[in-house]
Amino acid sequence: MKKTGFFSKLYIALMLIFMQMPIIVLMVYSFNDAASRANWGGFSLRWYEAMFRDATVMNSLWVTLACGILAAVLATVIGTLAAIGLNSMKKRAYSATIAVAYLPMLNAEIVTGVSLFMLYTKLNMQLGFVTLLISHITFCLPYVILSVMPKVRQFDYSKYEAAIDLGAKPSYAITRIMLPELAPGIISGFILSLTLSIDDFVISKFTTGNGVDNLSTLIYSAKGGFGGMPQKISALSTVIYVVVLTILIINYLRTRKSDRENLF
Amino acid sequence: MEKTAGKRTVHSSQRQGAAKFLALPLIIWLAVFVIVPLFLVCCYGFTAEGADGTLHFSFENFARFTEPIYVKIMVRSLKIALISTVICLVLGYPAAYIMSRSSSKIRTLIILLILMPMWMNFMLRIHAWLTLLENGGLINTLLAAMGLEKVEFLGSEGAVVLGMVYNFLPFMIMSIYMVLLKLDNSLLEAAYDLGATPVQRFIKIIIPFSVPGILSGISMVFVPSVTTFAISQYFSNGTVRLIGDTIEKQFGAANNWNFGAAISIVVMVIVMLSMFAINKVDDGDIGERKMII
Repeated sequence: MKKTGFFSKLYIALMLIFMQMPIIVLMVYSFNDAASRANWGGFSLRWYEAMFRDATVMNSLWVTLACGILAAVLATVIGTLAAIGLNSMKKRAYSATIAVAYLPMLNAEIVTGVSLFMLYTKLNMQLGFVTLLISHITFCLPYVILSVMPKVRQFDYSKYEAAIDLGAKPSYAITRIMLPELAPGIISGFILSLTLSIDDFVISKFTTGNGVDNLSTLIYSAKGGFGGMPQKISALSTVIYVVVLTILIINYLRTRKSDRENLF
Repeated sequence: MEKTAGKRTVHSSQRQGAAKFLALPLIIWLAVFVIVPLFLVCCYGFTAEGADGTLHFSFENFARFTEPIYVKIMVRSLKIALISTVICLVLGYPAAYIMSRSSSKIRTLIILLILMPMWMNFMLRIHAWLTLLENGGLINTLLAAMGLEKVEFLGSEGAVVLGMVYNFLPFMIMSIYMVLLKLDNSLLEAAYDLGATPVQRFIKIIIPFSVPGILSGISMVFVPSVTTFAISQYFSNGTVRLIGDTIEKQFGAANNWNFGAAISIVVMVIVMLSMFAINKVDDGDIGERKMII
């Protein structure tokens, strides 16, 4: 083992460099004063200022966050209720529902995007925030079900029945007895939905329009690179990177040492 | 499975009967936003407009797909996706293996750093690569500063492969890693005690054990690689057209839903076939691994 130790470390180091390098270069360049990315014009925060002043960039950031949070909340609610319901369904109905629910996860994203685009057009729905949100909920649902389902299966129903026998209403028994035990699954479903929604491009591309852009579609439509857009986007990337990294580090430090092993 | 099935029958008492209605919102949602849209895709794919403007059942759209230009695009998409998948496997396997053997503290840190870019945004990742590779980008600036000639990085199939590998490699690494993590060390020790060489242990134990991870990794890289359009457009400056670009065009500039739907059906069949080919891995497994990312 010792002999391979050095090469293993080297390999992992190279892998990390490969994954991180583009973003680090991007971050360094976001402080470049020059208007072109080709040369270094000294340190400056001008692109950060320009980014915060740019209404389209700021709007797309809000659309991304609002859509992410709303989609995650709604998908988590629908998905958690469904997981509880699915568990008490007959085997056949259960399998059929799960198979359909997993379709958006297993299918190619472009097909999901195109099919939803056709639906909205046929229903005369104006493409925009609502259609974007509906689409994001649709592709988040399978992940919520997947995270909550194992917890529902582990849940000991006799606790629920005991509560009912003691006179609790089913709604009370579910919220007070069942949900706390499902909480870890619900939380991971929520976080997963949020990250998937923020990351998505393909489905968003087909299901938004009329000037409503999230980050992905904004960058896509600004392909030409006019008006210093690439630099502003680089500045925004840096902000996002720092925020995500901070959250991850806090999360890492907060997790008790013994639990860190089980983090992944 | 047996256990849960048993549980379900024991507890499907009248009290719990009402619980199944909790799935109703989901079922309605799926009917409206999954089944109806896919039904629409099939409707459009299998119909064509006649001379009198009426719709009729037809395989016309699929026939059009067999024209040489589209066959070429399809073959190119499959080829590039296959190359990307193989590269991801070759690069990802050692990484996953090393990670699964390292101490848990370092492991978590490595995973955080490898997955970090995946928590940003797909288009931001592409944007980052362009900063490096484009004509006025960092690498060419450095080359010029060293008195070397500029290299046209973007615009080739190789560049598209690079874009795919960067974006989908974490899927492969995590898939294999999750499986290798479950490998019991005592199995390897037993093999060692019985006189197996490291190579034998690797070929006879570690590789067979990781097959489910390899298979789900392959599908998680292959499916998005076949169908992407943003990566090909950016990394090839629009010169390498893939099947995803063709679909996108039918719902945009070309505005031919029937043809676009037909290609989507072909893509769906390819996805299903690749899922079927790895049927040993059930749906939940792939989902679970996707979840980590």
